[in-house]
Amino acid sequence: MQITVEVNGAEYPREVEPRLLLIHFLRDELGLTGSHWGCDTSNCGACVVWLDETPVKSCTVLAATADGHRVRTVEGLERDGELDPIQQGFAECHGLQCGFCTPGMMLTSRWLLDHHPDPSTAEIREALSGQICRCTGYENIVRSVRWAAEHAAAAEAVEAADDGAFTDQAAEEVTA
Amino acid sequence: MQVPAYFAYERATSVGHALALLARSGPEARVLAGGHSLIPMMKLRLAQPETLIDINDLAELSYIRLASGELRIGALTRHADLLDCAAAGQHFAILHDAERVVADPVVRNRGTIGGSLCQADPSEDLSAAFAAVGAVMVIQGRYGTRTVAAREFHIGPYETVVEPDELLTEIRVAVRPGGGSAYEKVERRVGDWPVAAAGAAVWLHEDTITAAGIGLTAVGAEHFAAPEAEEFLRGAAATDENLARAGQIAAAHCSPTSDQRGPADYKRHLAGELTVRALRRAARRAHAEEA
Repeated sequence: MQITVEVNGAEYPREVEPRLLLIHFLRDELGLTGSHWGCDTSNCGACVVWLDETPVKSCTVLAATADGHRVRTVEGLERDGELDPIQQGFAECHGLQCGFCTPGMMLTSRWLLDHHPDPSTAEIREALSGQICRCTGYENIVRSVRWAAEHAAAAEAVEAADDGAFTDQAAEEVTA
Repeated sequence: MQVPAYFAYERATSVGHALALLARSGPEARVLAGGHSLIPMMKLRLAQPETLIDINDLAELSYIRLASGELRIGALTRHADLLDCAAAGQHFAILHDAERVVADPVVRNRGTIGGSLCQADPSEDLSAAFAAVGAVMVIQGRYGTRTVAAREFHIGPYETVVEPDELLTEIRVAVRPGGGSAYEKVERRVGDWPVAAAGAAVWLHEDTITAAGIGLTAVGAEHFAAPEAEEFLRGAAATDENLARAGQIAAAHCSPTSDQRGPADYKRHLAGELTVRALRRAARRAHAEEA
C-alpha cells in the first residue's frame, strides 16, 4: 500500500506492506536509525518516537496507521544545528552509557518538559517508567532531564533580560 | 524479528464506514484501535486476522463528557486522556486509581479504553473498575445501537458480546450523589498485569451503605464482580467489621488459578485484602463527598 508519513518535517511517500511496523519503516525504509529497535514487545521503550504530539512505542504501531500523520524522531530534536536542551543535558550529566535507550528517553523527556517545564524527580521517574535502561543509569538520566529543565529556565531568563536591555536602549534613543 | 502475518488493511473514516467495512470483511476482521494488545498477539500468531480495520482516525469516538447525569467516555479515548480528565477523577476516583496502574505512561498514550474492554483479558484493570461502578456499554451495529451492562459485556476470557459486525462506541456511568470509589492493585513490577486487583464503589447515607459495587480482576471472578459481597453490604453500616466481612465473602466466591504471577491461595488472600482496602478508601471518599 502507498503511504506518506511526515517525519521531522519532511514528507516521505513509500510503498509498504500493511504489516510493516513504524520502527522498521523509520529504520529500514527511511534510514533513520536513531530510533532503536529493542524488546519488540512494547516494554522497553527504546523505540519511542512522537506520533503527532505524543510519545508512542513504535514497535507496536503500524506504519500504515502513521499514513497522513506526523512523526518526530531523535533526529528531529536539534534545531538549526543546536542540540535540544535535553540532548545537552544528557551530554552534560552523563545520561547515556551504552546509548541504546537514549533516543526513547530523550523523546519522552522532551514531551514531559513541553507539558511540565519544571518537573520534580518523582515526576521524571514516573514519565520515564515505561522505558528501560539496561545499564541501569537512571540516576544520571533523571539528572539530565533536570539539567534541561533548569537550563531552559535559565535560557528564558537570559532572553527576557536581553529583551529588557533592548527596551531600555530603545527608550534612551527615543529620549535622545 | 517479530512481525505480524499478512493481512489486508482498511482505514475507517467514520463510525458508519467502520461498520460497513466490518460487515464486508466478515468474522475474520479485527478492529485496530491502540493496538497494544492486538499487535503483540499478532506478532506471536495468537491472533491472525485477515483484515484490520483501523479506527484511529475516528475523532468522533474520542471524548469524555458529562451529560444527562452520566459520565460518557468515547471508546477510542486513550488511557492518558482519561487519567488527565479532572471531571472523571472527581466523580469516579476509581478510574484514576486504575488508570495510574495500567501499563506505563507511553503505552497509556496509545492504548484505548474501548480496546482494553474489548480485548477482555481476564486480568484487565478497567473491566473490574467499570464493573464496580455499574457502567453501561454502548454497542453500535449497522442497524442500530444497543446498550449492555458491564456485567453482561464479557462472556469469557477474551470474549465479549460485541458481534463481529458491531463496534463498542461508548461507556456510560451514572453519576449519583453520596458515592466514593477506589481501586487497589498488587503487581510484580510497575506496569505489569495484576497478581490481583479490586475496585470498590459505595454510596452512603450517613453511615449506612445504600449501594455497593465490587470489581475483581485476575482472580477468576465471573463478570469481574463480587455480587455476594455487594449484597451483604447493601443496607449495612459502613463499619470496619462489615467491610472486612465483605472482603472475606468476595475472596470466598472468586476462583483464582496458580500461574507465574502467584499461587491460587495467595491470589485469594489478595482478593479479600484488596477488596477491604478499596472499600475503606471508597467509604472515606464518599464521606468527603458528603461533607
